[in-house]
Amino acid sequence: MLNTILDAFALLAHLDSGVLAIVLLSLKVSLSAVLLGALLGLPLGAWVAVADFRGKAVFTVLLSGMMGMPTVVLGVIVYLLLSRSGPLGELGLLFTPSAMILAQTLLVAPLIAALTKQVVEDVWRDYATELRAFRYTPWQSMLTLLYDCRYSLIVAVLAGLGRAISEVGAVMIIGGNINGFTRVMSTAIALETAKGDLPLSIALGLVLISMVLGLNALAYGLRQWAMYKFG
Amino acid sequence: MGNVQIRLSMFPINLNQLRFTPNGRAVLTGVDLELGGEGISVILGPNGSGKSVLIRMLAGLEMPDAGSIHWQGSNAPEGQIAIVFQHPMLLRSTVTANVALGLRPLGLSRCETVKRVNEVLGRVGLTHRAKDSARFLSGGERQRLALARAWAVRPRLLLLDEPTAALDPTATEAVEQIVREIRTDGAKIVMSTHNLGQALRISDDIIFIEAGRVREHTPSARFFSRPHSNEARLFMQGELPWRISFGD
Amino acid sequence: MANFFRRLILIVCSMLLMAGAQAEDSFVLASTTSTEQSGLFSYLLPLFTAKTGIQVKVVALGTGQALDTGRRGDADVLLVHDRVAEDKFIADGWGVERRNVMYNDFVVVGPKADPAKIKSAKDAVEVFKKLSTALFVSRGDKSGTHAAELRFWKEAAIDPKLNTSYKEAGSGMGPTLNMAAAMGAYTLTDRGTWLAFKNRQDLEILYAGDRRLFNAYGVMLVNPAKYPHIKKELGMRFIDWLTAAEGQAAIAGYKINGEQLFFPDAH
Repeated sequence: MLNTILDAFALLAHLDSGVLAIVLLSLKVSLSAVLLGALLGLPLGAWVAVADFRGKAVFTVLLSGMMGMPTVVLGVIVYLLLSRSGPLGELGLLFTPSAMILAQTLLVAPLIAALTKQVVEDVWRDYATELRAFRYTPWQSMLTLLYDCRYSLIVAVLAGLGRAISEVGAVMIIGGNINGFTRVMSTAIALETAKGDLPLSIALGLVLISMVLGLNALAYGLRQWAMYKFG
Repeated sequence: MGNVQIRLSMFPINLNQLRFTPNGRAVLTGVDLELGGEGISVILGPNGSGKSVLIRMLAGLEMPDAGSIHWQGSNAPEGQIAIVFQHPMLLRSTVTANVALGLRPLGLSRCETVKRVNEVLGRVGLTHRAKDSARFLSGGERQRLALARAWAVRPRLLLLDEPTAALDPTATEAVEQIVREIRTDGAKIVMSTHNLGQALRISDDIIFIEAGRVREHTPSARFFSRPHSNEARLFMQGELPWRISFGD
Repeated sequence: MANFFRRLILIVCSMLLMAGAQAEDSFVLASTTSTEQSGLFSYLLPLFTAKTGIQVKVVALGTGQALDTGRRGDADVLLVHDRVAEDKFIADGWGVERRNVMYNDFVVVGPKADPAKIKSAKDAVEVFKKLSTALFVSRGDKSGTHAAELRFWKEAAIDPKLNTSYKEAGSGMGPTLNMAAAMGAYTLTDRGTWLAFKNRQDLEILYAGDRRLFNAYGVMLVNPAKYPHIKKELGMRFIDWLTAAEGQAAIAGYKINGEQLFFPDAH
């Protein structure tokens, strides 16, 4: 056990360009997915918090339920959509990074939306009367609340990033784990584990964990700064 | 600052037999009132008499269970009414951004927005704090910010719901001074308070409400010298003029 | 704020385009976990790319899944090892140009102590008879190896479902070996994956060598008549290269610890 971990650190000391490419692709895919997921999830979550519509309770439950959607299930659904014999087969997207971004976006958007709803709903309770008095439309209220909660919502976006960058199920099925093309950290770890090369998979795991930790530290710092600056 | 055409069309406002009984609890039990387009009307009354609900109904934030509010000319004078609460909501942002908040639905140009924000900030004496976070303001500064936010909208009707109930005498005086200036600018002001001294200092006419009903609506001078109703007399005996009331 | 959003959308679009950009000269090869995990492709494909400039994108799956992928038109070329299923695939019109490529052999690995005493067996049939009550981890994933394993049970007239110590891993060769190593169980593996596998713990090869255990790989093109987007020309260049002298020599040249993993078989 200890030897395995020591070997992992030794491997990290001289990471080759192949591993670096894997790390960069992971970042590219997951950051793109989180960006798109946030563009969808933030307004959606804020909208659900602010608007009154029929079936709001059902929609809320569905949204929260989607947070727990197994990545493999989503992977299979997107696979069936993108497969050449599926409805979107013409696009030829299967086994490409674009398809992985699409799958992870669908994975991350409901998570971000559900968390956003939680955050925005609390603030909305305090703001609703005054915004209504100023004749804010739901759309305007939504934008104002999103902006007001911007530092708390970083947590929601980061949760999305954590889910995206560490998930294996969807990217494995949609990307195919093609060496040098769609292999990302999580699928590389799965492959190295399958080959029984535990030091290498732990080394990659360490890179993954440190990146997620680093991003969280950054977000924490940003929130502290914002609290200090805006109260 | 006011818009002459709207001024002509909006007033007088007629309230007819307004009733508000949430969950069977009688808050307003039949309010009849006519509000003209000039001056400062103070809604006076003990706690729980229905002052706040009446203000919120005028702002369109509560719907009456019976009765009607009739606006001369139109039913919904959009963008002509502003309201300031006892505890104003403040965004986690700068003072400037908080003032601009009220202007957003008006769809003004960026240039016009900046101009109006700077103008009202100057008039409430907060120019030096424009770039600070609103959440770090003192209670008095917060209330001045809220007044500036309402003022920037250039309302024809400004509603104030106990705006000084949580403030010390100095801050209260500053708020009263700003309210007088907004009146001078041409806005009709309706303000609720349970502070007799404040009512005496600032009002042109008094609407005395008690137990969900308007007991008296008379010019200020007459109300304080010769109140009609027995309830008003009792209220004034219980709370001497000039005595500062401490929150609620 | 509006400006910020506009910039954000621009960034997103450019990111998607970037991600969508791909080399023109490439095709998808669906193959088996055993060929990928044995390291053969990392050795073989750069040789092909250096010669032709064609990128081969390998998606490693079980043989059954790889054939399914071809059937859906999601891969251009298949390299798999289940002759019965391959012939059916061709007969049903999903694939064309099937050729033999190479073979390796299956080996039975298990704990050093060999509680089922299979070391002394005279052939594969006897090995599987002896394993009828032993702790055994099966791939259970419809792969070529799984199909071969089921064939051996049948030849030995054993129904493995009756064995309470028979576990189905439902995963690739590597995870199955990890599981067998952790449990001290027997399992059937191809020699290539075994040689490249590092986490062996107490496992070793206990039986090998019967001709029944030979494992033949075939290559084929997914039928372009079914799916017009199939990269027929690029795929055929790969199939030709792999089965001609140069590819065959390269296969023979791949070794781990001096041991040859695959034996060219194209003639």
